[in-house]
Amino acid sequence: MSEGAEFIVNGRKVGVSVAGTTPLIDVLRNALGLRGTRFGCGLEQCGACMVLVDGEPVYACTREVGTVAGKTVTTVEGLARGEKLHPLQQAFLDEQAGQCGYCLSGILMSAKALLDRNPRPNRADIVAALDRHLCRCGVHNRIIRAVERAAAAHEATP
Amino acid sequence: MTLAALPKSLTDNPRLDRWVGFEPDRTVRVATGKVELGQGVLTALVQIAAEELCVPPARVRLLSGVTAQSPDEGYTAGSRSIEESGTSIRLVCAEVRGLFLDHIAAALGCRPAELSVEDGAVLRDGAPTGFDYWSLNEKIDLARPATGRAPVRRPAEFRVIGQNLARVDLPAKIAGAAFVHDLDPPDLKHARVVRQPRRGAHLASLDDAAIRRALGDRVELVRDGDFLAVVADDETLAMKAVDIVRRHCVWEGGTPIPVDAGEPEFLAAQPSRDRVIESGAPRPSGNAARMLEATYSRPCIAHASLAPSCALASFADGRLTVWTHAQGVYQLRNALARALGLAAEQIVVTHRQGAGCYGHNGADDVALDAALVARRLPGRTVRVQWSRADELSAAPFGSPMTMRMQAALDAHGRPLDWTHEVWSAVHGQRPGMHGNVNLLAAAALPNAPSPPEPVDVPDAGGGGGTRNAATLYDFPRQRIVHHLLPQMPVRTSSLRTLGGFANVFAAECFMDELADEAGEDPVAYRLSLLSEPRARQVIETVARLAGWSGRGERGSGTGRGIGFARYKNKAGYCAVVAEVAVDETARLARMWCAVDGGLIINPDGARNQIEGGIVQAASWTLKEAVRFADGGVASITWDDYPILRFSEVPPVEIELIDAPDEPPLGLGEVAHGPTAAAIGNAVAHALGARIRNLPLTRERIMATVLAGT
Repeated sequence: MSEGAEFIVNGRKVGVSVAGTTPLIDVLRNALGLRGTRFGCGLEQCGACMVLVDGEPVYACTREVGTVAGKTVTTVEGLARGEKLHPLQQAFLDEQAGQCGYCLSGILMSAKALLDRNPRPNRADIVAALDRHLCRCGVHNRIIRAVERAAAAHEATP
Repeated sequence: MTLAALPKSLTDNPRLDRWVGFEPDRTVRVATGKVELGQGVLTALVQIAAEELCVPPARVRLLSGVTAQSPDEGYTAGSRSIEESGTSIRLVCAEVRGLFLDHIAAALGCRPAELSVEDGAVLRDGAPTGFDYWSLNEKIDLARPATGRAPVRRPAEFRVIGQNLARVDLPAKIAGAAFVHDLDPPDLKHARVVRQPRRGAHLASLDDAAIRRALGDRVELVRDGDFLAVVADDETLAMKAVDIVRRHCVWEGGTPIPVDAGEPEFLAAQPSRDRVIESGAPRPSGNAARMLEATYSRPCIAHASLAPSCALASFADGRLTVWTHAQGVYQLRNALARALGLAAEQIVVTHRQGAGCYGHNGADDVALDAALVARRLPGRTVRVQWSRADELSAAPFGSPMTMRMQAALDAHGRPLDWTHEVWSAVHGQRPGMHGNVNLLAAAALPNAPSPPEPVDVPDAGGGGGTRNAATLYDFPRQRIVHHLLPQMPVRTSSLRTLGGFANVFAAECFMDELADEAGEDPVAYRLSLLSEPRARQVIETVARLAGWSGRGERGSGTGRGIGFARYKNKAGYCAVVAEVAVDETARLARMWCAVDGGLIINPDGARNQIEGGIVQAASWTLKEAVRFADGGVASITWDDYPILRFSEVPPVEIELIDAPDEPPLGLGEVAHGPTAAAIGNAVAHALGARIRNLPLTRERIMATVLAGT
């Protein structure tokens, strides 16, 4: 039953020999050692596991790895360029937008998809993009400000 | 500061070298028994140590939550970490600095007052002396008890305390692996527990042959009495296996949970242990012009942490090693020892961060799950992660509570007599408290001892069901009647604020009812009954922030409300104003908050905690209730147990009262009760009618609106 799949993760071509029905999150975390993608519910209800597949936010907990064959997957580990944080990561630090932080890697991925699509989102756009993510510590307002800050930083860059 | 004022953490762990050491790489090791739960405590403790040792925060390496290495400071709970660990670290670091300076002063033949410390190096009148902590490390013996007598730095001298130091734990959390869930030792085995469907249920039969047919030999079963787990090298397979095995189990007996277990009528019908706490005048003075009574309630509330509980355990050479996100490593170690029949010295428990922890959740339970499996697989590290359903159903809940409020009023509408009667299941059932093991799987093991009769948190510890039942208002007489319900069919324990959330909701909503009865503004009415200056100040501050005077008409569909409390009547003071718009549901428009937490170590961290508390409490108030069906918990997904979302969170404005000369007061739970009351009062103001049962759902709002037409 090991049919395997080849795809690109954070710019690197990978091949795994697991059943095509294996959840993408398990492949990322256990086969590829990318443990920044976090399990929350397994039911597409909390967003903790969000990754990008060809630039679109996808719940890694239910997405079968066979369906991403040949596609490009981006996880939170793929945001920074070497030591240089992605503007979103920097903005989350600047706003101290976190408490426990468990929800943040998924939220960062949805925020990246938003900014890639809409570099100048208003507050309502941000809320709409993040509304399928849960945060239990109550950091929502800081997270929204962090995404606004990242967008502003992007705009300020020539 | 005298010996008598030493915090308990320091009397329990008196030796200086237990707390502080100077490492060869020119860092400072500072140990704490408190652990990071998402609240930012490690950052604040780094600041305190850096301040008193006069080193930059980056030199401080915190050692947190490792049995036999870090000091035993009990549980990280109750908003006590800064008061306990922070005060201890402050006293220890001040004393250590003083010991070094005394030594150098003697060597140089000068007075210690001529010396100062800059980045760990000692200066005399501003000039280098060539001495520093590290070069003198061998000379100064820190294996001595703390006296607590060394002078601490004064607020005017502060360089690190009071600054917004960035969270030390956040960079990892926005980059990749950061949690106990992410530990990746070699030879990891993944296990999942097939949980008893009801407390006390017995596994009558298990169809081994059917399970083998479905799963082959790549999955092992571990059974110990009524504890059952599946183990595999592959996590995906372990998750699949648990569902298959569950279908081939037959469970008998156990205690089903009635469908109405969280409802006020159910609570009122339970046997109770009753007591009365009276304060003030022995009997009501004067004749009451009027009596007022109202009954409030809240249901069971789930911790609903974003991550399922997780632990790793390995058993080798008679020693058990556990990695956990529990709140007390020593307490977990001792409970594991009792449950497993081991000596405490055979167990090492190390804290690793988990998702946000808001009280006694499944963290301890899953550690025993992992240990039970690891015991069967010596030499392998076993990782157990709960399912979302277990996280929302098997962990203890915050207790359901009913509060009946009564006041006898004088001719001016002021209480002559105030009675707060509370029915509550127990809080505070953590492992090790009151002689409990209270690890979920321990009750499933063969010959499990029956648990002791539940005892609530004593009043000296802030109380459980009675937490914040006493108010700070100047009533001539207050009575608390506590009905502890020891035989609840639901597993309850400590959830953030314990009884404080519901008691403040009831008392502060009832204050609004009294103000209405007197025909007075709720803020003015409160202030007329409140003489404590710090309490008055937070109410006056939040009223000014919110522009309270323009509150508008009752029943207009929009409303404002206020709530106030001093958490535990000994931690921080907090007042909250909520503005709501109510049609079929209540929508939060804005919230304001004023807090007096005494000396604030990290203002941004304090704001983060307070705002998080407001948002979480708003979620409890508007949305959350555990539901029961078919003898078990029915709310086992986020769809069944909704919490507040981004689109429902209002802007929040917070003002911190500046009080650096006061001792630090716990802040992590100050806002919960006041938030519930502010929202309850705002919704009542908007509707022109009051809903007294939480949560303030669409159904209850519609019923209230229809009843009024």
